[in-house]
Amino acid sequence: MHGFANPARFLRIARWLTPALLVAGLALTAGSLAWGLFAAPAERLQGDTVRIVFIHVPSAWLGMGGWTAIAVASLVELVWRHPLAAIAARATAVPGAVFAAICLASGSIWGRPAWGTWWVWDGRLTSMLVLLFLYLGYIALAQASDREGASSRIVAIFGLVGAVNIPIIHFSVLWWNSLHQPPSLTTGGSAMAAEFLIPLAVATLGFSFIFGGVVLARMRAILADVQAEARLRRRALED
Amino acid sequence: MNLFAALLLRDLGQMFGGGRRGATLLPVLFFIAVAMLYPFAVGPAPELLARTGGGVIWVAALLASILPLDRLLQSDVERGFFDQLYLRGISEELVVTVRLLAHWLSFGPPLMVAAIPAAALLGINGQTLRTVELGLLAGTPGLAAIGLIIAALTVGMRGGAALSGLLLIPLAVPLLVFGAGALSTGGDSGIALTAAISLLLVAITPFAGGAAIRAARES
Repeated sequence: MHGFANPARFLRIARWLTPALLVAGLALTAGSLAWGLFAAPAERLQGDTVRIVFIHVPSAWLGMGGWTAIAVASLVELVWRHPLAAIAARATAVPGAVFAAICLASGSIWGRPAWGTWWVWDGRLTSMLVLLFLYLGYIALAQASDREGASSRIVAIFGLVGAVNIPIIHFSVLWWNSLHQPPSLTTGGSAMAAEFLIPLAVATLGFSFIFGGVVLARMRAILADVQAEARLRRRALED
Repeated sequence: MNLFAALLLRDLGQMFGGGRRGATLLPVLFFIAVAMLYPFAVGPAPELLARTGGGVIWVAALLASILPLDRLLQSDVERGFFDQLYLRGISEELVVTVRLLAHWLSFGPPLMVAAIPAAALLGINGQTLRTVELGLLAGTPGLAAIGLIIAALTVGMRGGAALSGLLLIPLAVPLLVFGAGALSTGGDSGIALTAAISLLLVAITPFAGGAAIRAARES
Protein backbone atom coordinates (compact mmCIF):
# COMPACT_ATOMS: atom_id res chain seq x y z
CA MET A 1 0.00 0.00 0.00
CA HIS A 2 2.86 2.36 0.73
CA GLY A 3 4.25 1.82 -2.75
CA PHE A 4 2.32 4.90 -3.84
CA ALA A 5 3.11 6.87 -0.71
CA ASN A 6 5.92 8.45 -2.67
CA PRO A 7 4.24 11.39 -4.42
CA ALA A 8 6.77 11.30 -7.25
CA ARG A 9 5.82 7.75 -8.17
CA PHE A 10 2.12 8.58 -7.83
CA LEU A 11 2.53 11.64 -10.03
CA ARG A 12 4.35 9.65 -12.73
CA ILE A 13 1.32 7.38 -13.06
CA ALA A 14 -1.29 10.10 -12.53
CA ARG A 15 0.25 12.24 -15.24
CA TRP A 16 -0.87 9.93 -18.05
CA LEU A 17 -3.80 8.30 -16.22
CA THR A 18 -5.67 11.60 -15.65
CA PRO A 19 -6.13 12.57 -19.34
CA ALA A 20 -6.68 8.92 -20.28
CA LEU A 21 -9.54 8.57 -17.77
CA LEU A 22 -11.06 11.91 -18.70
CA VAL A 23 -10.98 11.24 -22.46
CA ALA A 24 -12.29 7.69 -22.10
CA GLY A 25 -14.98 8.85 -19.67
CA LEU A 26 -16.14 11.67 -21.93
CA ALA A 27 -16.24 9.35 -24.95
CA LEU A 28 -18.18 6.64 -23.11
CA THR A 29 -20.58 9.16 -21.60
CA ALA A 30 -21.22 10.89 -24.93
CA GLY A 31 -21.74 7.54 -26.66
CA SER A 32 -24.08 6.12 -24.04
CA LEU A 33 -26.09 9.33 -23.75
CA ALA A 34 -26.50 9.45 -27.55
CA TRP A 35 -27.58 5.80 -27.44
CA GLY A 36 -29.99 6.45 -24.60
CA LEU A 37 -31.44 9.59 -26.19
CA PHE A 38 -31.82 8.39 -29.77
CA ALA A 39 -31.55 4.62 -29.99
CA ALA A 40 -33.29 3.34 -26.86
CA PRO A 41 -37.10 3.12 -27.14
CA ALA A 42 -39.47 5.32 -25.14
CA GLU A 43 -40.73 3.71 -21.95
CA ARG A 44 -44.30 2.41 -21.87
CA LEU A 45 -45.59 4.49 -18.93
CA GLN A 46 -43.22 7.44 -18.68
CA GLY A 47 -42.51 8.00 -22.38
CA ASP A 48 -39.44 10.00 -23.33
CA THR A 49 -38.93 11.47 -19.86
CA VAL A 50 -37.38 8.21 -18.72
CA ARG A 51 -34.25 9.02 -20.74
CA ILE A 52 -33.02 11.26 -17.93
CA VAL A 53 -32.29 8.02 -16.09
CA PHE A 54 -28.98 7.83 -17.95
CA ILE A 55 -27.77 10.93 -16.10
CA HIS A 56 -29.77 10.55 -12.90
CA VAL A 57 -28.82 7.04 -11.85
CA PRO A 58 -25.04 7.13 -12.50
CA SER A 59 -24.74 10.46 -10.68
CA ALA A 60 -26.75 9.08 -7.75
CA TRP A 61 -24.45 6.07 -7.52
CA LEU A 62 -21.34 8.22 -7.76
CA GLY A 63 -22.74 10.70 -5.23
CA MET A 64 -23.13 7.85 -2.74
CA GLY A 65 -19.93 6.10 -3.85
CA GLY A 66 -17.97 9.31 -3.32
CA TRP A 67 -18.53 9.18 0.42
CA THR A 68 -17.55 5.51 0.44
CA ALA A 69 -14.25 6.56 -1.15
CA ILE A 70 -13.86 9.33 1.46
CA ALA A 71 -14.54 6.81 4.24
CA VAL A 72 -11.98 4.31 2.89
CA ALA A 73 -9.35 7.03 2.39
CA SER A 74 -10.06 8.44 5.88
CA LEU A 75 -9.65 5.01 7.44
CA VAL A 76 -6.37 4.45 5.55
CA GLU A 77 -5.15 7.83 6.72
CA LEU A 78 -6.07 7.29 10.35
CA VAL A 79 -4.84 3.71 10.63
CA TRP A 80 -1.73 3.64 8.42
CA ARG A 81 -1.05 7.40 8.24
CA HIS A 82 -0.79 7.08 4.50
CA PRO A 83 0.27 10.52 3.21
CA LEU A 84 -1.71 10.42 -0.03
CA ALA A 85 -4.94 9.22 1.58
CA ALA A 86 -5.70 12.64 3.07
CA ILE A 87 -5.20 14.25 -0.31
CA ALA A 88 -7.34 11.60 -2.01
CA ALA A 89 -10.20 12.10 0.46
CA ARG A 90 -10.17 15.86 -0.04
CA ALA A 91 -9.95 15.50 -3.81
CA THR A 92 -13.03 13.22 -3.78
CA ALA A 93 -15.29 15.58 -1.83
CA VAL A 94 -15.92 18.20 -4.51
CA PRO A 95 -16.75 15.81 -7.40
CA GLY A 96 -18.86 13.78 -4.97
CA ALA A 97 -20.83 16.89 -4.02
CA VAL A 98 -21.19 17.86 -7.69
CA PHE A 99 -22.57 14.44 -8.63
CA ALA A 100 -24.98 14.53 -5.68
CA ALA A 101 -26.13 17.96 -6.91
CA ILE A 102 -26.51 16.64 -10.49
CA CYS A 103 -28.56 13.76 -9.12
CA LEU A 104 -30.83 16.18 -7.23
CA ALA A 105 -31.18 18.55 -10.19
CA SER A 106 -31.92 15.78 -12.69
CA GLY A 107 -34.29 14.12 -10.23
CA SER A 108 -36.10 17.40 -9.79
CA ILE A 109 -36.44 17.82 -13.57
CA TRP A 110 -37.64 14.24 -13.86
CA GLY A 111 -40.08 14.73 -11.00
CA ARG A 112 -41.90 17.54 -12.82
CA PRO A 113 -43.44 15.28 -15.54
CA ALA A 114 -43.44 12.06 -13.51
CA TRP A 115 -44.89 13.30 -10.20
CA GLY A 116 -46.17 16.71 -11.28
CA THR A 117 -43.91 18.70 -8.99
CA TRP A 118 -40.30 19.91 -8.87
CA TRP A 119 -39.65 18.71 -5.38
CA VAL A 120 -41.35 16.23 -3.14
CA TRP A 121 -40.25 15.43 0.39
CA ASP A 122 -39.60 11.90 -0.64
CA GLY A 123 -37.27 9.68 1.34
CA ARG A 124 -34.67 8.93 -1.30
CA LEU A 125 -34.53 12.51 -2.58
CA THR A 126 -34.27 13.86 0.94
CA SER A 127 -31.52 11.42 1.83
CA MET A 128 -29.53 12.65 -1.19
CA LEU A 129 -30.13 16.24 -0.09
CA VAL A 130 -28.81 15.46 3.40
CA LEU A 131 -25.81 13.75 1.77
CA LEU A 132 -25.15 16.90 -0.25
CA PHE A 133 -25.14 18.91 2.98
CA LEU A 134 -22.71 16.40 4.52
CA TYR A 135 -20.41 16.91 1.53
CA LEU A 136 -20.65 20.70 1.89
CA GLY A 137 -19.89 20.40 5.62
CA TYR A 138 -16.91 18.16 4.84
CA ILE A 139 -15.56 20.64 2.28
CA ALA A 140 -16.04 23.55 4.71
CA LEU A 141 -14.27 21.61 7.49
CA ALA A 142 -11.39 20.66 5.17
CA GLN A 143 -10.94 24.27 4.11
CA ALA A 144 -11.14 25.56 7.69
CA SER A 145 -8.58 22.99 8.89
CA ASP A 146 -6.21 23.91 6.04
CA ARG A 147 -6.60 27.61 6.83
CA GLU A 148 -5.90 27.08 10.52
CA GLY A 149 -3.10 24.62 9.88
CA ALA A 150 -4.98 21.94 11.84
CA SER A 151 -4.19 18.25 11.48
CA SER A 152 -5.76 16.61 8.45
CA ARG A 153 -6.75 13.73 10.75
CA ILE A 154 -9.56 15.97 12.02
CA VAL A 155 -11.14 15.90 8.57
CA ALA A 156 -10.67 12.13 8.34
CA ILE A 157 -12.51 11.63 11.65
CA PHE A 158 -15.47 13.59 10.29
CA GLY A 159 -15.36 11.45 7.15
CA LEU A 160 -15.71 8.30 9.25
CA VAL A 161 -18.39 9.75 11.54
CA GLY A 162 -20.34 10.67 8.41
CA ALA A 163 -19.88 7.17 7.00
CA VAL A 164 -21.31 5.64 10.19
CA ASN A 165 -24.28 8.00 10.01
CA ILE A 166 -25.14 7.84 6.31
CA PRO A 167 -26.94 4.44 6.47
CA ILE A 168 -28.91 5.64 9.51
CA ILE A 169 -29.84 8.87 7.76
CA HIS A 170 -30.83 6.96 4.63
CA PHE A 171 -33.09 4.46 6.35
CA SER A 172 -34.60 6.97 8.79
CA VAL A 173 -35.58 9.24 5.94
CA LEU A 174 -36.96 6.29 3.93
CA TRP A 175 -39.09 5.33 6.89
CA TRP A 176 -40.20 8.94 7.21
CA ASN A 177 -41.74 9.24 3.77
CA SER A 178 -41.26 7.52 0.44
CA LEU A 179 -42.86 8.14 -2.92
CA HIS A 180 -39.83 7.32 -5.03
CA GLN A 181 -39.91 4.15 -7.10
CA PRO A 182 -37.96 1.38 -5.40
CA PRO A 183 -34.53 0.67 -6.85
CA SER A 184 -34.83 -1.06 -10.21
CA LEU A 185 -31.32 -2.43 -9.99
CA THR A 186 -30.28 -4.39 -6.95
CA THR A 187 -27.56 -6.94 -6.50
CA GLY A 188 -30.32 -9.55 -6.70
CA GLY A 189 -31.31 -8.72 -10.25
CA SER A 190 -32.70 -6.12 -12.59
CA ALA A 191 -36.24 -4.96 -13.22
CA MET A 192 -35.01 -3.03 -16.25
CA ALA A 193 -35.11 -4.07 -19.89
CA ALA A 194 -31.80 -4.74 -21.63
CA GLU A 195 -32.18 -1.85 -24.09
CA PHE A 196 -32.07 0.51 -21.09
CA LEU A 197 -29.67 -1.50 -19.01
CA ILE A 198 -26.76 -1.58 -21.47
CA PRO A 199 -26.56 2.18 -22.16
CA LEU A 200 -27.05 2.76 -18.43
CA ALA A 201 -24.12 0.50 -17.63
CA VAL A 202 -21.95 2.26 -20.23
CA ALA A 203 -23.01 5.68 -18.92
CA THR A 204 -22.13 4.58 -15.38
CA LEU A 205 -18.71 3.45 -16.56
CA GLY A 206 -18.19 6.75 -18.38
CA PHE A 207 -19.30 8.83 -15.37
CA SER A 208 -17.01 6.78 -13.12
CA PHE A 209 -14.03 7.38 -15.42
CA ILE A 210 -14.75 11.12 -15.38
CA PHE A 211 -15.03 10.98 -11.60
CA GLY A 212 -11.69 9.17 -11.33
CA GLY A 213 -10.05 11.61 -13.75
CA VAL A 214 -11.31 14.62 -11.79
CA VAL A 215 -10.12 13.11 -8.50
CA LEU A 216 -6.65 12.47 -9.94
CA ALA A 217 -6.51 15.98 -11.43
CA ARG A 218 -7.48 17.50 -8.08
CA MET A 219 -4.94 15.35 -6.24
CA ARG A 220 -2.23 16.56 -8.64
CA ALA A 221 -3.38 20.15 -8.05
CA ILE A 222 -3.18 19.74 -4.26
CA LEU A 223 0.26 18.11 -4.50
CA ALA A 224 1.45 20.89 -6.79
CA ASP A 225 0.17 23.42 -4.28
CA VAL A 226 2.13 21.72 -1.48
CA GLN A 227 5.27 21.64 -3.63
CA ALA A 228 4.95 25.30 -4.60
CA GLU A 229 4.50 26.21 -0.96
CA ALA A 230 7.59 24.23 0.03
CA ARG A 231 9.64 25.76 -2.79
CA LEU A 232 8.64 29.30 -1.78
CA ARG A 233 9.56 28.56 1.80
CA ARG A 234 12.97 27.19 0.74
CA ARG A 235 13.62 30.23 -1.42
CA ALA A 236 12.64 32.57 1.42
CA LEU A 237 15.13 30.81 3.68
CA GLU A 238 17.92 31.02 1.12
CA ASP A 239 17.61 34.78 0.65
CA MET B 1 -14.09 5.67 39.58
CA ASN B 2 -12.79 8.40 41.86
CA LEU B 3 -11.12 9.97 38.88
CA PHE B 4 -14.38 9.80 36.91
CA ALA B 5 -16.31 11.48 39.73
CA ALA B 6 -13.64 14.14 40.23
CA LEU B 7 -13.59 14.99 36.53
CA LEU B 8 -17.38 15.04 36.39
CA LEU B 9 -17.66 17.34 39.40
CA ARG B 10 -15.06 19.64 37.92
CA ASP B 11 -16.87 19.77 34.53
CA LEU B 12 -20.25 20.34 36.16
CA GLY B 13 -18.78 23.08 38.33
CA GLN B 14 -17.47 24.76 35.21
CA MET B 15 -20.82 24.47 33.44
CA PHE B 16 -23.17 25.48 36.22
CA GLY B 17 -20.99 27.59 38.47
CA GLY B 18 -17.97 28.97 36.72
CA GLY B 19 -17.48 31.33 33.84
CA ARG B 20 -19.50 29.20 31.47
CA ARG B 21 -22.85 29.59 33.20
CA GLY B 22 -24.03 31.72 30.28
CA ALA B 23 -23.23 28.91 27.86
CA THR B 24 -25.56 26.65 29.85
CA LEU B 25 -28.39 29.13 30.19
CA LEU B 26 -28.35 30.63 26.69
CA PRO B 27 -29.46 27.52 24.74
CA VAL B 28 -32.48 27.17 27.04
CA LEU B 29 -33.50 30.80 26.58
CA PHE B 30 -32.93 30.47 22.84
CA PHE B 31 -35.12 27.35 22.80
CA ILE B 32 -38.04 29.18 24.45
CA ALA B 33 -37.49 32.19 22.19
CA VAL B 34 -37.88 29.99 19.09
CA ALA B 35 -41.11 28.55 20.51
CA MET B 36 -42.28 32.13 21.05
CA LEU B 37 -41.28 33.17 17.53
CA TYR B 38 -43.16 30.44 15.69
CA PRO B 39 -46.72 31.66 16.42
CA PHE B 40 -45.70 35.12 15.17
CA ALA B 41 -44.71 33.54 11.86
CA VAL B 42 -47.69 31.25 11.22
CA GLY B 43 -50.41 32.99 13.19
CA PRO B 44 -51.95 32.12 16.55
CA ALA B 45 -54.57 29.61 15.33
CA PRO B 46 -54.68 27.06 18.21
CA GLU B 47 -55.31 23.93 16.13
CA LEU B 48 -52.39 24.67 13.77
CA LEU B 49 -50.08 25.36 16.72
CA ALA B 50 -51.19 22.22 18.55
CA ARG B 51 -50.70 20.09 15.44
CA THR B 52 -47.24 21.40 14.50
CA GLY B 53 -45.97 22.51 17.93
CA GLY B 54 -44.25 19.24 18.81
CA GLY B 55 -42.16 19.42 15.65
CA VAL B 56 -41.29 23.05 16.37
CA ILE B 57 -40.02 22.05 19.81
CA TRP B 58 -37.78 19.44 18.17
CA VAL B 59 -36.39 21.92 15.64
CA ALA B 60 -35.80 24.42 18.46
CA ALA B 61 -33.98 21.76 20.50
CA LEU B 62 -31.79 20.88 17.51
CA LEU B 63 -30.89 24.52 16.88
CA ALA B 64 -30.29 25.14 20.58
CA SER B 65 -27.81 22.26 20.65
CA ILE B 66 -25.54 24.21 18.25
CA LEU B 67 -25.17 27.22 20.57
CA PRO B 68 -22.92 25.82 23.32
CA LEU B 69 -20.52 24.05 20.95
CA ASP B 70 -17.94 26.75 20.32
CA ARG B 71 -17.30 27.12 24.05
CA LEU B 72 -17.67 23.48 25.04
CA LEU B 73 -13.96 22.60 24.74
CA GLN B 74 -12.31 25.83 23.63
CA SER B 75 -11.22 27.26 26.99
CA ASP B 76 -9.94 23.89 28.27
CA VAL B 77 -7.84 23.41 25.14
CA GLU B 78 -6.45 26.94 25.47
CA ARG B 79 -5.62 26.48 29.14
CA GLY B 80 -3.96 23.15 28.47
CA PHE B 81 -6.43 21.19 30.62
CA PHE B 82 -6.38 18.23 28.23
CA ASP B 83 -2.59 18.33 27.96
CA GLN B 84 -2.28 18.19 31.75
CA LEU B 85 -4.50 15.11 31.91
CA TYR B 86 -2.61 13.57 29.00
CA LEU B 87 0.69 14.03 30.84
CA ARG B 88 -0.78 12.19 33.82
CA GLY B 89 -1.62 9.27 31.56
CA ILE B 90 -5.39 9.80 31.55
CA SER B 91 -6.81 8.82 28.19
CA GLU B 92 -8.68 11.33 26.06
CA GLU B 93 -11.48 8.79 25.71
CA LEU B 94 -12.20 8.94 29.45
CA VAL B 95 -12.06 12.74 29.50
CA VAL B 96 -14.47 12.93 26.55
CA THR B 97 -16.85 10.41 28.17
CA VAL B 98 -17.00 12.55 31.30
CA ARG B 99 -17.44 15.70 29.25
CA LEU B 100 -20.30 14.07 27.33
CA LEU B 101 -22.12 13.22 30.55
CA ALA B 102 -21.56 16.73 31.93
CA HIS B 103 -22.60 18.33 28.64
CA TRP B 104 -25.79 16.29 28.53
CA LEU B 105 -26.62 17.12 32.16
CA SER B 106 -26.23 20.82 31.39
CA PHE B 107 -28.21 20.55 28.15
CA GLY B 108 -30.79 17.74 28.19
CA PRO B 109 -32.67 18.11 31.50
CA PRO B 110 -32.83 21.96 31.32
CA LEU B 111 -34.27 21.62 27.83
CA MET B 112 -36.84 19.11 29.06
CA VAL B 113 -37.90 21.55 31.75
CA ALA B 114 -38.00 24.41 29.26
CA ALA B 115 -40.18 22.28 26.97
CA ILE B 116 -43.05 22.67 29.48
CA PRO B 117 -43.44 26.48 29.10
CA ALA B 118 -42.70 26.09 25.39
CA ALA B 119 -45.55 23.56 25.16
CA ALA B 120 -47.85 26.02 26.92
CA LEU B 121 -46.89 28.77 24.45
CA LEU B 122 -47.70 26.46 21.55
CA GLY B 123 -50.88 25.07 23.08
CA ILE B 124 -49.71 21.45 23.07
CA ASN B 125 -51.90 19.00 24.98
CA GLY B 126 -50.69 16.71 27.77
CA GLN B 127 -50.49 13.56 25.70
CA THR B 128 -48.30 15.22 23.06
CA LEU B 129 -46.18 16.84 25.73
CA ARG B 130 -45.52 13.41 27.23
CA THR B 131 -44.32 12.14 23.83
CA VAL B 132 -42.17 15.25 23.39
CA GLU B 133 -40.58 14.84 26.82
CA LEU B 134 -39.89 11.14 26.32
CA GLY B 135 -38.49 11.90 22.87
CA LEU B 136 -36.23 14.61 24.27
CA LEU B 137 -35.09 12.24 27.02
CA ALA B 138 -34.16 9.70 24.36
CA GLY B 139 -32.84 12.18 21.80
CA THR B 140 -30.87 14.81 23.73
CA PRO B 141 -28.02 12.38 24.60
CA GLY B 142 -27.60 11.84 20.85
CA LEU B 143 -27.68 15.58 20.16
CA ALA B 144 -25.14 16.14 22.92
CA ALA B 145 -22.94 13.37 21.47
CA ILE B 146 -22.96 14.79 17.92
CA GLY B 147 -22.34 18.24 19.38
CA LEU B 148 -19.36 17.07 21.41
CA ILE B 149 -17.79 15.29 18.41
CA ILE B 150 -18.20 18.43 16.32
CA ALA B 151 -16.89 20.67 19.09
CA ALA B 152 -13.80 18.44 19.30
CA LEU B 153 -13.33 18.58 15.53
CA THR B 154 -13.71 22.35 15.18
CA VAL B 155 -11.89 23.38 18.35
CA GLY B 156 -9.59 26.32 17.68
CA MET B 157 -11.03 27.07 14.24
CA ARG B 158 -12.24 30.58 13.56
CA GLY B 159 -15.82 30.79 12.40
CA GLY B 160 -16.42 27.61 14.35
CA ALA B 161 -20.05 28.36 15.22
CA ALA B 162 -21.34 28.56 11.65
CA LEU B 163 -19.21 25.56 10.70
CA SER B 164 -20.57 23.58 13.67
CA GLY B 165 -24.11 24.25 12.54
CA LEU B 166 -23.40 23.09 9.00
CA LEU B 167 -21.76 19.91 10.32
CA LEU B 168 -24.34 19.13 13.01
CA ILE B 169 -27.59 19.55 11.09
CA PRO B 170 -27.21 16.69 8.57
CA LEU B 171 -25.97 14.31 11.26
CA ALA B 172 -28.93 15.16 13.51
CA VAL B 173 -31.55 14.37 10.85
CA PRO B 174 -32.26 10.78 12.06
CA LEU B 175 -32.86 11.97 15.64
CA LEU B 176 -35.30 14.57 14.36
CA VAL B 177 -37.04 12.09 12.04
CA PHE B 178 -37.66 9.52 14.76
CA GLY B 179 -38.07 11.89 17.69
CA ALA B 180 -40.57 14.14 15.96
CA GLY B 181 -41.95 11.16 14.01
CA ALA B 182 -43.07 9.60 17.30
CA LEU B 183 -45.47 12.55 17.57
CA SER B 184 -47.41 11.68 14.42
CA THR B 185 -47.41 7.92 14.88
CA GLY B 186 -48.19 8.35 18.57
CA GLY B 187 -46.42 5.10 19.36
CA ASP B 188 -43.36 4.45 21.45
CA SER B 189 -41.52 2.76 18.57
CA GLY B 190 -40.28 6.13 17.32
CA ILE B 191 -38.92 6.91 20.77
CA ALA B 192 -37.26 3.50 20.96
CA LEU B 193 -35.55 4.14 17.61
CA THR B 194 -34.49 7.61 18.78
CA ALA B 195 -32.96 6.01 21.84
CA ALA B 196 -31.21 3.42 19.66
CA ILE B 197 -29.60 6.13 17.50
CA SER B 198 -28.65 8.08 20.61
CA LEU B 199 -26.97 5.01 22.08
CA LEU B 200 -24.94 4.46 18.91
CA LEU B 201 -23.87 8.11 18.83
CA VAL B 202 -22.98 8.05 22.53
CA ALA B 203 -20.94 4.89 21.92
CA ILE B 204 -18.81 6.38 19.13
CA THR B 205 -18.32 9.79 20.81
CA PRO B 206 -15.45 8.89 23.20
CA PHE B 207 -13.43 7.43 20.33
CA ALA B 208 -14.19 10.09 17.71
CA GLY B 209 -13.85 12.95 20.21
CA GLY B 210 -10.73 11.51 21.80
CA ALA B 211 -9.08 11.00 18.41
CA ALA B 212 -9.99 14.57 17.43
CA ILE B 213 -8.43 16.04 20.60
CA ARG B 214 -5.27 13.98 20.02
CA ALA B 215 -5.13 15.12 16.39
CA ALA B 216 -5.55 18.76 17.46
CA ARG B 217 -2.63 18.33 19.86
CA GLU B 218 -0.38 16.91 17.15
CA SER B 219 -0.88 19.75 14.71
